[in-house]
Amino acid sequence: MLEASETPTLPSVLGDALKRQIFALQDYTLLVLQSLKTAITPPFYWADTLEQMDLIGVGSLPIVVITSFFIGGVMVLQTAAQFERFGETALTGDAVSLALVRELGPAITALLVSGRNASGIASELGSMVVTEQVDAMRALGTDPIRKLMTPRVIAMLTMLPLLVAVFDFVGLIGGFVVSYFTLRLGAIQFWTRAIHALELGDLVQGGTKPIIFGLIIATVGCYQGLRVKGGTQGVGRATTTAVVVSSVFVLVVDFFLARVLIFLFHK
Amino acid sequence: MRENRALRILRVCIYNLPHGASSPALEAVRVMNLIVPGEPLIVFKDVRIGFEEGDVLRGISFEVDPGETKVLLGETGSGKTLIMKLAAGLLRPDAGHILVMGHDVSEMPEKELLDFRRRIGFVFQEGALFDSMTVEANVAFRLQEEHVAEEEIDTRVREALRFVELEGALEKFPAELSGGMRRRVSIARALVDRPPLVFYDSPTAGLDPVTSQTIITLILRGRDLQEVTSLLATHRVQDAFGLANFRFDKLTGHVTRLGGNGARPDAPPTNVMVLRNGEIYFEGAAEELLHSSDQYLKQFLLSAE
Repeated sequence: MLEASETPTLPSVLGDALKRQIFALQDYTLLVLQSLKTAITPPFYWADTLEQMDLIGVGSLPIVVITSFFIGGVMVLQTAAQFERFGETALTGDAVSLALVRELGPAITALLVSGRNASGIASELGSMVVTEQVDAMRALGTDPIRKLMTPRVIAMLTMLPLLVAVFDFVGLIGGFVVSYFTLRLGAIQFWTRAIHALELGDLVQGGTKPIIFGLIIATVGCYQGLRVKGGTQGVGRATTTAVVVSSVFVLVVDFFLARVLIFLFHK
Repeated sequence: MRENRALRILRVCIYNLPHGASSPALEAVRVMNLIVPGEPLIVFKDVRIGFEEGDVLRGISFEVDPGETKVLLGETGSGKTLIMKLAAGLLRPDAGHILVMGHDVSEMPEKELLDFRRRIGFVFQEGALFDSMTVEANVAFRLQEEHVAEEEIDTRVREALRFVELEGALEKFPAELSGGMRRRVSIARALVDRPPLVFYDSPTAGLDPVTSQTIITLILRGRDLQEVTSLLATHRVQDAFGLANFRFDKLTGHVTRLGGNGARPDAPPTNVMVLRNGEIYFEGAAEELLHSSDQYLKQFLLSAE
């Protein structure tokens, strides 16, 4: 009788796992709300926010510039053959521009920044948790969410849209360079089509997504870091989880966000 | 908000009082109702807390009077650190009440706790210094949070570091310091605002005997010069006897043994509490512990030598 009650059954195991996930989701939601609340109420930590903007924005610039140039270029390489078959090589500018602004720019920049910064945030905050620095901050009367999380969230929310804008522009330059040498497209032809192809709905899509993605990356990174358990091993686990969860979360949200924005702007 | 401003002014007044004038300082703290005469500074009432592996504290009740030093002794995992964190409101008990300076920290929301914690000092086991900040920034952290004037911060940080004899380490980062130096910086950070109550969580853990003695001397100086009430967790019986048998003489500037030459009748009370299996096994004066006939206590004292 005793043995039977001690042996976990499949439904109880599944139930416990589900409860843990729901609890984690609740904990994450509360943390995000708390962080957003502290973002609009004083005291503000502007120096910390500027430092994070530099780390996230300026720090991520080299990888964004290099990646976007080659992504723009490879898009032209892949689409050129198709356009040549129909004798519509002039449409290359349209294709590169629309794909970059609406989808590739926000999604790939978010994945790059997630790989670089969600991991950085999680490991930095996680190390502070395991060495009791976060508790020390609380003991000194400072709210760690306000001091550590909110500056990172604000920095990510402001820097990711700017990084996406850089990604789109440099990606178009990459696309132009490759189309100039492979398709012999002139600068005026490429840039005129690339700019005219974009409408308000495209720009709204390209501008909305990075804000949502930025929120996801920063909050997932902070959540994983601030909830670290199990010493340095836990920090390593949190770092990996932060990148995996934020990347998957970004791509899943991207799908639903695209669906909503396409519905709103009829394209 | 008004209370915070008043407290800040009060702290500046207390800070500017010369050493030895700490009784007026205590009086000033009493004016702010932080310390009520005759009332204990810390009260634990049947406090319980447990984790997945089971109960760690099983109905802990004790009191700490103003000016008293309470030393928590116990084996590793006996719940000493938990008691410190519970008292500072860093953890919440599963049951029971914890009153610190008249505030029920087991019920206070985190926002109020943050304000409350600015009135206490906490020295963590490994120092818990902010590793991305210099020693100066670490010690100045609380003052900067309270928007104290830069010149005043500089003066007070230098004074706090002079107190722990580390004035030359202003620009160093924690990674460049030895374990003992990190603890001393942590003590300076806790005492920079001259709080009436300080928690020391195993301040000598992992240190060699000489450095441990230096840390205990600093705690003695804090107690006897600034009249700090403290709760100190340690597994070293020597720390308890060091605090109980010695005092820092304000007049001579030296540590003197109580009961021998230089003994003073106004010695601050130091009491010891031994924890075992999540309960208080012994509570009393260090001398009583030393002469106890209890088998476990005898074994505990022997193992510490």
